[in-house]
Amino acid sequence: MQGWIPIVPESASTFSWKVDALYFYLSGVTLFFTLLISGTLIFFVIRYRRRTPYEIPRPVAGSHKLETVWTVIPFVIAMTMFLWGATVYFDQYKPPHNAIEVYVVGKQWMWKLQHATGQREINELHVPVGRKVKLIMTSEDVIHDFFVPAFRTKADVVPGRYTTLWFEATKPGRYHLFCAEYCGMNHSGMIGSVIVLESRDFDNWLSGNTGSMTPATAGQQLYQTLGCASCHGENGQGGRGPALTGTFGTEITLTNGAKVTADEGYLRESIVNPQAKLVAGFGPIMPTFQGQVTEEQLVQLLAYIKSLHGAGPTTPASASPSPARAVTAPSPTPSVR
Amino acid sequence: MKPIESFELPSPSKVNYLNAVYGLKSWLLTKDHKRIALLYLGSITFFFFIGGIYALMIRLELLTPQGDFLASTTYNKVFTQHGIIMIFFFLIPSIPATLGNFLIPMMIGAKDLAFPRINLLSWYIYLLGGLVTIYSLLAGGVDTGWTFYTPFSTTFSNSYVVATGLGIFINGFSSILTGLNFIVTIHTMRAPGMTWFRMPLFIWSHYATSLIMILGTPVIAITVLLLAFERLSGVGIFNPAMGGDPVLFQHMFWFYSHPAVYIMVLPGMGVISELIANFSRKNIFGYSFVAFSSLAIAVFGFLVWGHHMFVTPQSVYAGMIFSFLSFAVAIPSAIKVFNWTATLYKSSISYDTPMLYALGFIGLFTIGGMTGLFLASLATDVHLSDTYFVVAHFHYIMVGGALMAYMGGLHYWWPKMTGRLYPEGWGRFSALVIFVGFNLTFLPQFIAGYIGMPRRYHAYPPEFQVFNVLSTAGASILGFGMLIPAIYFVWSMRYGRHAEANPWHLPGLEWRTQSPPPTENFETTPIVTWDAYEFAPPEETEVVGKFRGEVERA
Repeated sequence: MQGWIPIVPESASTFSWKVDALYFYLSGVTLFFTLLISGTLIFFVIRYRRRTPYEIPRPVAGSHKLETVWTVIPFVIAMTMFLWGATVYFDQYKPPHNAIEVYVVGKQWMWKLQHATGQREINELHVPVGRKVKLIMTSEDVIHDFFVPAFRTKADVVPGRYTTLWFEATKPGRYHLFCAEYCGMNHSGMIGSVIVLESRDFDNWLSGNTGSMTPATAGQQLYQTLGCASCHGENGQGGRGPALTGTFGTEITLTNGAKVTADEGYLRESIVNPQAKLVAGFGPIMPTFQGQVTEEQLVQLLAYIKSLHGAGPTTPASASPSPARAVTAPSPTPSVR
Repeated sequence: MKPIESFELPSPSKVNYLNAVYGLKSWLLTKDHKRIALLYLGSITFFFFIGGIYALMIRLELLTPQGDFLASTTYNKVFTQHGIIMIFFFLIPSIPATLGNFLIPMMIGAKDLAFPRINLLSWYIYLLGGLVTIYSLLAGGVDTGWTFYTPFSTTFSNSYVVATGLGIFINGFSSILTGLNFIVTIHTMRAPGMTWFRMPLFIWSHYATSLIMILGTPVIAITVLLLAFERLSGVGIFNPAMGGDPVLFQHMFWFYSHPAVYIMVLPGMGVISELIANFSRKNIFGYSFVAFSSLAIAVFGFLVWGHHMFVTPQSVYAGMIFSFLSFAVAIPSAIKVFNWTATLYKSSISYDTPMLYALGFIGLFTIGGMTGLFLASLATDVHLSDTYFVVAHFHYIMVGGALMAYMGGLHYWWPKMTGRLYPEGWGRFSALVIFVGFNLTFLPQFIAGYIGMPRRYHAYPPEFQVFNVLSTAGASILGFGMLIPAIYFVWSMRYGRHAEANPWHLPGLEWRTQSPPPTENFETTPIVTWDAYEFAPPEETEVVGKFRGEVERA
């Protein structure tokens, strides 16, 4: 497929061939109908060209039979496209379990990434081959979009909420990372690379890059310095404020009786706008932290909260299965993106 | 069989709508729908020229991978302004406000539109909106993309967002008034005997377009107003830092802007129905299916906006419903294409310039429509959205569809509008040049898009250069091709041969009066006793493909 001028990008994720297969199916149908229509047109235009200036062809009556044929057949073909596209898409957004989590913060005009193990990167993302990787993304300013053509996937990165994107790389190499949502002056400079490494190389890369604290540890320190501990307990066991230990991913009841899932979006909202959805049995005493914590610090606080399983700060949030993904905060039903 | 030549033609009179009164004032205060159509023609041509210069600058910048021709801030303004000018000030008014304005009363046998003063008012509103927008371009321009996505447009852009928004807001009222005028005219002003199913399909498609104009345009007005309100007063509607929701903006924006695509292409489909029938001397195959498919598009077009948002945090299930409906809305367009093609069967096809545009339209619109399915399909859209594939797709609809139809219609009715003939040889030549140039410009962008080139990029990785060089070469040919009609149309107004009343020898009402028509269109109110496109008596009708037992039409 990679001739002189390529017609598909490199394939480097488990989605690539699925999307390519659908793309080729759609291209085939498009080509067929384009040739059918233009071929018929050309044939008619030559065959029925005007031969004398005064000729008048016989008028033709419409045909319900033909109309039915060319309504039903395209509809059936369209439905095959719809179902195929929806199936692949559903897989793309089904939450993966046991994925490596990477936090992504987009800002004008760079990507800031942090691995759960603490390594920070800018405009580069190192991932191992053959392991599911889940990105938890937000933006500091405008809407961006994390796009890796070789993985055939992208998702908007929206300020004020978390979106997720996951993939499983299949081939080592260096691939383009683009911002696909127009974000201002240097939009076309908000590019980088995703570097896929063999597992062993990835482990080497991880061990060679232990500079910073893990997000969970950094979050634990913020938890102390911001005074969270005075209400939520030294280790998140609760007090004047609701307990945080073991809360992530569970369903909680609010003062108005509604139930929400404590996902990333809910926890974020409860930090920057605590009065919006109060947990039942607690008063509106928490101050807002809007403007006092950066997006990266919010991500670290979340990582800390997610790491609280009941026995104090353990290793960072790795495998907590999140029933809801990303997360429009007010959604009471688990929304998949 | 009644030869076409024997249509009774009115005795030519020296007085027509162009020379009935003279002077600037007689134009600026005219209530004649035909003169207002010409005022629109002049003003949208002006905006098309500006938009075209922006297109040229975009293509020159993208010739090389480095951002070397324009600064990135300039480039961002150029593509934004290209979109805003072309969509709001050229494509949306193009066919309805010029050809529609001129022809709707003539085709239904009326003296004018229902509200001639409102018609003139709508042109002044358009002009005011245009002037405000031009002011914002001259003052410093706008760099948000024509989509104005928040919170970039409300909080982060340092350009003239509010002034541009005001221009679009004002211009919207012009659309609403035009739509209102058309609907009332079509309901109340039809000549005796002009029943709904005798109307030319051009009228049906304008009826459907007018519905969208009236129902959709208020929503973009509200959206732009909220955007300006947030920008000026700092109240958080869309900015999450102030408690707003940036994705809400996209819902509101696309609720109008997806149907707006149909505002742009439905009138074009109406023109194509006219051209296909009249230049093959055949009644349209499946008239009522083509007529109702326009209405179906107008209705379903309002239910598919979410397909612009598959990669936003819209829920997966909403995405699936929008995907399903987007596939459904493709069917009425497919029905039109099949019926146009079937019309040509056993017909008598001429190769005049308007027909060349019509044939080009069907081919290009088929490609444009089919590539839309790639974007309606969820999994492929995730990869393709915000890439050059999308750019190529909508240019196939907007340029390959709407613009080709506009050019075809302009050539077709030029003798009626001006009383002069354009040079046919140059017409055919330029239609061919435009077709080749267009395809060379936009076909490579499908591939560039699938390979992953994001849109709105000022500089790009070098592996995409080959596609961009092809595009720029094609755009040069396309631009050259567009200049030829611009020159010969102007030339023909003074030097073209005089057109007779019915130069194409057609049965439509607009051809049963002199060229150019008198101010009141018809000397006596016509009484319609024939169907649209009735070239031969109905008793000669040939029946093809009928269900077993279906009664043959009398």
